[in-house]
Order: sequence, then structure tokens, then C-alpha cells
Amino acid sequence: MGKDIINNYLKIKETSHQRLKDAGYFDRIKIQVGSATCENASGAQDVYTEFEKMVKASGRSDILLHMTGCTGHCSSEPIVGVFIPGDIPVKYGHVTPQKAFEIFTSHVQGNGGPVVDMILDKKTDRLYNHEFVFCGQGTKCGDKSDKVAQAFKEKIKQLGMEETIKVASGVCFGVCNDMNNTSATACYVFPERVFYGNITEADLDEIIEQHIKNNTIVKRLVVKLDRVNNHFFEHYGDVEYFNHQLRLTLKNCGVIDPESIEEYIHFGGFEALANSLQNDSPQAIIDKIRISGLRGRGGGGYPTATKWANTRNAKGDRKFIICNADEGDPGAFMDRSMLEGDPFSVIEGMIIGGYSISSERGFIYIRAEYPLAIERLENAIKLARENGFLGENILGSGYSFDIELRLGAGAFVCGEETALIHSIEGMRGMPRPRPPYPSQKGLWGYPTMINNVETLANVPVILLNGPEWFASVGTEGSKGTKVFALAGKINQTGLVEVPMGTTLRDIIFKNGGGIKDGKKFKAVQTGGPSGGCLPESYLDTIVDYDSLNKAGSIMGSGGMIVLSEDDCMVDIAKFFLEFTQNESCGKCTPCREGTKRMLEILEKITAGLGTMEDLDKLERLGSVIRKASLCGLGQTAPNPVLSTLRHFRDEYETHVKDKKCPAGRCKKLLKYEIIAEKCVGCTACARRCPVQCISGSPKQVHVIDQSRCIKCGMCFEACKFDAVKFN
Amino acid sequence: MSDTYTITPEIEAFIEECKGKEFSKSYLIAVLHKIQAKYGFLPNNLMEEVAIRMEIPTSKVYGVATFYHMFTLVPEGKHIVNICLGTACYVKGAEQVLNSLKNSLKIDLNQTTEDGLFTLKATRCIGTCGLAPVVMVDEKVYSNVTPDDVPVIIAKYKNK
Repeated sequence: MGKDIINNYLKIKETSHQRLKDAGYFDRIKIQVGSATCENASGAQDVYTEFEKMVKASGRSDILLHMTGCTGHCSSEPIVGVFIPGDIPVKYGHVTPQKAFEIFTSHVQGNGGPVVDMILDKKTDRLYNHEFVFCGQGTKCGDKSDKVAQAFKEKIKQLGMEETIKVASGVCFGVCNDMNNTSATACYVFPERVFYGNITEADLDEIIEQHIKNNTIVKRLVVKLDRVNNHFFEHYGDVEYFNHQLRLTLKNCGVIDPESIEEYIHFGGFEALANSLQNDSPQAIIDKIRISGLRGRGGGGYPTATKWANTRNAKGDRKFIICNADEGDPGAFMDRSMLEGDPFSVIEGMIIGGYSISSERGFIYIRAEYPLAIERLENAIKLARENGFLGENILGSGYSFDIELRLGAGAFVCGEETALIHSIEGMRGMPRPRPPYPSQKGLWGYPTMINNVETLANVPVILLNGPEWFASVGTEGSKGTKVFALAGKINQTGLVEVPMGTTLRDIIFKNGGGIKDGKKFKAVQTGGPSGGCLPESYLDTIVDYDSLNKAGSIMGSGGMIVLSEDDCMVDIAKFFLEFTQNESCGKCTPCREGTKRMLEILEKITAGLGTMEDLDKLERLGSVIRKASLCGLGQTAPNPVLSTLRHFRDEYETHVKDKKCPAGRCKKLLKYEIIAEKCVGCTACARRCPVQCISGSPKQVHVIDQSRCIKCGMCFEACKFDAVKFN
Repeated sequence: MSDTYTITPEIEAFIEECKGKEFSKSYLIAVLHKIQAKYGFLPNNLMEEVAIRMEIPTSKVYGVATFYHMFTLVPEGKHIVNICLGTACYVKGAEQVLNSLKNSLKIDLNQTTEDGLFTLKATRCIGTCGLAPVVMVDEKVYSNVTPDDVPVIIAKYKNK
């Protein structure tokens, strides 16, 4: 068609590259400090300021202080990366201004090398001459890479080289399809940064002889790949937490400066858009998305290509695209992290989506609770406009598209698509019956396509790396990866992106590092208030849309709350129902009244007043609300109760029959008592008691007045002699 | 009293800007955000004013203002203390922190202290679950808060 879209793009890329070069992005030492809502709350800004001072004081011009979004490794924030050209990248966790000083003087300024005991995850206790990271177990390959890695480890051990050579296992690199050899394994080597592919046990001796002993690369085995994860280790270093992930949608989070369009372009940003505008018809893009097998990441799992095609084929003078960034599930924060860490990917996905349905206008509906994400999105939209990726005649293609931000105002139900549409229209965010679906009749009556943040962030990845490759990751019915937000009683809270088909056990124990304080795992709650709780016997369930549904929960948007033996399942069910009951918009009776009645029953049970009939009533009521409610909120609201009733019925029965809460969470069932033999009369409990219901003189046994006790547990916490017990 | 709350030139300009745009009535929520950012709540007379200027029935403006949790129709304290009661915070003991907040401030949820300094509110997850339990005072997020931290945090704002 003679359009010079690619050339226009390359020109922008060139100037952008030049700007980075002038700023010393490629040859200066980089000190990278995370900056996101959670990083800042952990004190990242103070760390940044500290480094700023030190860089200034050192008078060195070869150091670049670099801001980036959040890596998702929440429990170790603030995170600082030091990238010295030619050296292994090093990431530090829990950095304080004092630690920043140590890092700067020893690692950056001095020649002391990395401050080993501050390295993220403290996995490395020394620095190695070479590090070999083998690919981990994929969904199709079984344990063959583990076997090769194990054999290699053995050989290193036999040769007595354990002190200098490290052998580690990582994630499935997703490279088998490129190598056309699924019986072999792949391995990444530091500090040379080479990718060896097609390794079998027979190749190991050669690697040892050549690579380790002679310091020459085994050229025969090197594979050159231009995949997203090819640069993975260069950005994340060898950190256990990241090694077990396959980061596609989070590929730029914690890598690029979210306020720099140059850096986004440097990592292949807008290339998918330029290619699409130059070579593909809107229909061709939809076909590619269909081949990729992408399904909606917001919770429903609806095939993205079908949604796009429906909107494309719908009759209407104009069409709209909406990015649903109203991430309301408590416990889910992947969208926030993505928008704070890499807003451009979502924008690029949106432009491509807009082009494929011939829409000229898009909206991002975002929660007002995310001020930093809003700020970064606004900035990203502005930069995209200035560089010709948004606005009139994008890259000279003749296609025009622009994006507007719309803020929510704190209503969970607005995550439901028809409610969201009403909210953008400036009305109360209440849902309406479907059909007609938004793809037929949406915003202001025009066909409207609504996609979730993570779904849109997948689009450039698919188009850049090929839909067939994307489809090779994941399971039969669920392709690609999913980002999960790990929270609750887990060691490593944060975001993890893993291939679909990974087991819950792997996510919780490998990625998440297991249960906090060595407690026993009790349940995992997936899918937020619309999801369910799964017990230990379901830990080997793989995560994909269909398997989780079958188990009685849902994928949802990816929130994963891990519960330990200290948590009461009835209490958790009550918590979620309180939430949905509170957030019910009130439009339809089953949801408005039904959730209230269910909550009343749960309150009865947790107060020790429940009967066995109540349990049946809960089930009956739950199934009515499920079937009769107007929108997704009501239809899924009973899930936490129904799933806990299914998997933890015995706990409900203990509450009802024995009037006891085994986990000690249901206050009304608790009874605090002071053990006379242990009480030394220190008066600590009496002083802390907010209702002064503990009596006793100093050095005498204290007594709790049960009639006045509010069961706050202060006395239990205050006692240093374990003299306070609760049943 | 009501004339203490006026449409400032800045808000007026914003309303005019919105009115010039396509689907102008859809900017109602954005306008209400502006007013709340200025006064900390939505004064009655201003909701009426917005209704007239944007040509939206007052009942609808009021309907929107009362539907969304972030809007409030009564004046609030100088500092908004928000405790997150999302799932992650809840399982990590947000309830005890809430009790400690109630004790320290001597108010219940959604109340304002007598000196007008603090309003205590609960929020549903601010997306920093890795740091649970969290308390947000105005825009500042405090992480891994224990009941004992509460008086220290509150004191910081009392002396300001």
C-alpha cells in the first residue's frame, strides 16, 4: 500500500535510541531503584534520595541513577539493582538508606564487588566464576531438564568445583519449539550470558572441558533466540524468586523506567503496533489473536478473539474500546503493578485492539484508589501522543486513535462491564441484563469492546513473538501465562507470572516460598470475593480456567490468598460475604437481600448460635443467588461460602455443634482465662485490658471477668509468662 | 455557611472544559472528584450548582454522589486515616490495628475527632497486599502496621 509505517517507526526508534545513548543509558553504571506504591511505602524514595546524594558527592559522571517500576517481589522491597557493564547484574533486597551507603561504597565505588549478604533472596553466599541456570520443568517436557541439571551438578561435585561453579534450576524458558528438539534442555550461563540449547547429558563433559576449564564458549550448542525471556537474567539477575517465573506481560516491570517511552521502545515497544499497521488487516490481527488462544484475564476467561470479532462485526457508526483497570478484588494488585511499571504495553495493546475493531477512541477506566498508576498512565498517554503513537494518523498509517482516562470513585461492582459502562457515562455504576452484550450495544449505545489490563498487555507479546509460540505455552484450553498476586500467610508475597498449567503447589511453595513462620497450609483462596477456597488435597490442581472451575473455585483476576492453620474458614467466608454484601449495588433482589440473609446466618454461626439446618439453608440460598442474580457480582458472591462448605464442612460443624472455633478467630466463641499456676501477678494484662475487666493485686493471681470481657486478646499478647490461654 | 463553599475559578474552568467535550454529562464523576479534592467533601449547595451548570437533574447528581464510596457528603478531618480491610490485611490482623486506631483516636469508623484533625475510614484493598496490614494516612502508606505502631503514626500528624 506504499505506506511507510515501518520506516516511520524506525526513525522514531533511532532518535529514541540516540536520546538514551546521550543519557549514558548503555555504557554507564546503572543503579536501579524501584518506584511504585508498594516500593514507596517500604521506603524506596528515601533510598533513591540517598543514592542521589552519594552519586553527586562522588563527582562521578559514569553512574546513572535509574528509576523503575515494581518487580513484584513485594516482601523484599525496596529493591535496588546494580548493573556494572560487563558484570553479573546484582539485585539487593530490603535496602535502607544505611545499606544504600554500603552498596555504594563497596560495590559501586570500591572494587569490593557485591555486598554478598545483602543480595536479594540471599541465595548466593559467594560469587562464582560461572553460574549455570538450567531450564525448569515445563508443562510438556516432564523432568528431563532436572535430570540433566542433576547430572551436571554431580559432575561438578566430583571435580570438586562446587566452590566456583554454581548450578541452578530456573523456569521453563519456553524455547523447545525453537530448538525443534523436545528431548533436550536449555541452559543460561553467567557471566558470559550465553544461551546453550539442545543439551543432553552427553554434552556436559564438553561444557566442562571447554567452557569451565578453557574459558571458551561451546559454539556448537549456542542458540540465538529473540524471545522476551532472552534478556531475562540480564535484568533480574539470578534471583530465585524470578527464576521460577516466565514473565511475558510483566517483562518490562522492574526493567524499564515507566516514565520513559525511549526505554519502552528500546525493549521492542510499539514494534508490534508498527508491524500490524503496516502488514495486517484488522481481520488478520483478530485471526492471530485467535491462533494464540488468548482468553480474558479479568476473570471470565472469554476468548479474546471472539470478543474482538463480535465487536468488529457489530453494526454501528462508531465503536469504542475500554480497558478495564478497575481492579477491585481485595488481594489482587497485578493491574496496579503493570500500570505503574509498564503503562506503555497496555496502551500499545489498546491501540492494536482499537485498530482491529476500527475504533477511534478508547477509555481506560481506572480506580481512583491508584493515584500513582493514574499519574504514570497520564504521562504515558502524553508521551505516546508526542511520539506519534496516539492521535491523528498514527505513524503515517492513516489510522487515528486516542485514549482518555476515566476514574472510578470506589465501587467494586464497576468491574462488571455493564456497570463500568454506566460509570463512564457519568451515572451510578449499576449493571443491566445481558444480552445485548457491550460488543453489540455498549458505551452510549455503540458497540464496545472491554478488555482487562493483563489481556491487553499480552497483545504486543503475542504479535511480536508469534501467536503459534504463545499457544505453545500453557495448557490445551488456557494459553500463555497468568500473573498471580500472592498474599496472606506466605513467605514471599508479591506478583508471580507463571505458565498456565503450573500447579497450585508449585506457585505457593516454589514461587511463594511456602507458609509463613513454618505454619501448616490450610487453604488457598483464588479469584477474590467471586472465587473459592481450596484445601490441601487440591494443591496439585493446575492453574487454568477449566481446572480451577472444576475444583469449585475460579481463576478470577489472579488474586491468591494463602491461609494457614491460624485462619478460620467460616470467618474467611464471612469476611468475603461482608464484602460482597456491602458492595452489592442493590438493583436486583437475590443479591441485595440474599447476601444479607447469608451474612446473618454466618454471623449466627460465628457467634455460636447456629444450627445444622443453617448449613443447608446457606447452601440453598447460595444456589438461588447464584442462579437468579443479575450480574457477575451476585452470581459469584456465594462462592466463598459454598466452596468452604464443600471443602471445610467439618469446621462449620465444630462452630455449630461444639460452639468452638478451632483457629481461635471467631471472637464470640473465644474464652480467655488466666492459668492460676502460671500467673505471677505482674499486672501487665490488667494494665493493657481496654475494659478493665481483669482484677487482682500485684503479685497475686489475676482473674478475668467473663461477663465484661470483649475478647480483644490484649491480655494474651501482654502476658510474658504464657499464663493467659484461650480455648 | 453555604457561601464558604463556592465553585472556584479552577473548578469552573474544568466544568466549562467538560461541557465543550462530546458526551459532556459523562464528566459528572470527574467534576465531583474535583470538588471533593478542594473541600474534602461534597457540599449540598455545590451539588446543586453542578446540576445546573451541567444540566443534569439534581436527583441524579445526588444519586451518583451517594452511590460511590469515595464521595462523602459531610466534612471530614484534616487527615484521613484509612485502614485497609482487604483480604490480605484482614488475615494479617487488620482488625486489631483497627481497634488500636479506634482506641487512639477515640472515635469509631467513619467518624471525625473532636479537634477536626482525623477521620477514620476503612478501605477495600489499596493493592499493596505484600505489605499487609497497611494503614494509609492521606496519601502516605504505612506498611506492616502493628497495634503498637498506631499511636506513633498518629502522633506524627498531631504535631504538624
